[in-house]
Amino acid sequence: MKTKFVLVCALLLSACVTQQGVLRGTGDLGVVIERAAGSIKVVETTDRTSLYGLKGLGDLSHASTVFSRDGRYAFIFGRDGGLSKIDLLERKIVKRVMQSGNSIGGAISQDGKLIAVSNYKPGGVKVFNSATLDLVADIPATEIGDGKRSKVVGLVDAPGQKFVFSLYDSGEIWVADFANGNKPVIQKFKDIGTLPYDGLVTPDGRYYIAGLFGEDGLSLLDLWQTDKGVKRILDGYGRGKRKLPVYKMPHLEGWASVGDQLFLPAVGHHEVLVVERDSWKKIDAIPVHGQPIFAVARPDGRQIWVNFAHPRNDVVQVIDVPSRKVIKTLKPGKAVLHLEFTPRGEQVWLSVRDEDRVEVYDTRTFEQLTTIKADKPSGIFLTARANRTGL
Amino acid sequence: MLRALLSSVFLISIVGTALAAEPNADRKSELLYRLKHDCGSCHGMTLKGGLGPALLPASIKEHSNEFLIDVIRDGVAGTPMPPWGVELSQDEAAWLVKKLRAGVSHEN
Repeated sequence: MKTKFVLVCALLLSACVTQQGVLRGTGDLGVVIERAAGSIKVVETTDRTSLYGLKGLGDLSHASTVFSRDGRYAFIFGRDGGLSKIDLLERKIVKRVMQSGNSIGGAISQDGKLIAVSNYKPGGVKVFNSATLDLVADIPATEIGDGKRSKVVGLVDAPGQKFVFSLYDSGEIWVADFANGNKPVIQKFKDIGTLPYDGLVTPDGRYYIAGLFGEDGLSLLDLWQTDKGVKRILDGYGRGKRKLPVYKMPHLEGWASVGDQLFLPAVGHHEVLVVERDSWKKIDAIPVHGQPIFAVARPDGRQIWVNFAHPRNDVVQVIDVPSRKVIKTLKPGKAVLHLEFTPRGEQVWLSVRDEDRVEVYDTRTFEQLTTIKADKPSGIFLTARANRTGL
Repeated sequence: MLRALLSSVFLISIVGTALAAEPNADRKSELLYRLKHDCGSCHGMTLKGGLGPALLPASIKEHSNEFLIDVIRDGVAGTPMPPWGVELSQDEAAWLVKKLRAGVSHEN
């Protein structure tokens, strides 16, 4: 009797405490990728500290993270095709599968039950059960000769249990619809432009936009009216100006959408483009310090923070949205690779790769709040992404 | 006599190439760092490929040194490969090609 009582107590206790022995939520947690070491740091944004590190995640030289809808699990997509599921509370890798030879990113479905990964080699998308990481569907990309398939980029989730992605080599956008189970209905849009290199979905999940490397323009798909097909927008946005060599590809995931305006990095130009939604016309081009990589809106939409391509990547600039002017230039250090806002935008976290640190700034005063050590940090992903379409 | 002269020229040219092709130690470590982290953002940190092709010894063996040096310094039009010649001298690019042919350890 007594033994049973003790056992029940022990069970109850173990059910509610984490490894630290403290009951806590995950809403203020985040993952910092340490790209060279193949490890992560798990951080919290309330007191701005690093809680712990985890190793053994393979090649994270181009890695990204999505979160389960309860904010407990992080899914990490590595360069080497590794997909790892991390329990943020138990502080461990729950499951890890090598799902391809070379991958670039992933997404979680609207209902949280599917994880999709976009692959370079073999080119295509694989979809997994988020609970078990068992393979649910395999979507090979278009063949491009020599037995090779197109690389897949710009994979996002969209409402209606869809995944949308772009085919880099074959110039296509595909929509895979999982609404009716694990056999997706795939809609293919061909000839969308040359070398789509990344894609984004607007925060409401309506528009998918692919950036084109091979052309001065972007491709737009209205997911509410896919029968209208893909439309070219901002054709020739850099017209009349010499395009500069691009030493790092821009990333579109963080493209900033504020009200009826989108702020986009111009490929090969030292500009952030301002585009009016609905008409999809360029209404402004804001001169900035270098070629933008990420242009991300603070959650309230008042500011856009921009980082830059090599070799001008030691600087971050802040654009004031109402005046469309750069109001602040910060120099956090060499190789600022990524930036992430806290959910309500009072802090921004910056990874400074060559200095082995993550810097946290106050977005109102631009004061540096703290520095956290990390080994060659790249992507920073906070759990608030769990509840946002396209992230 | 002619033969002696020829072999001297040959020797000098070998020595000349070897001397010119070696950046100093600091620059070497800088170049390897750039290779891993900046080239690596497209070719993979372990050089197994990504958006750009793999740069492992086996994957580049069919290309000549001249071709590879030109690709590094001039880029490839119509692809995302940019011209690195603004930052890398001919000798530095040649040294990188030599390192790539030998295989670059991931540990450095």
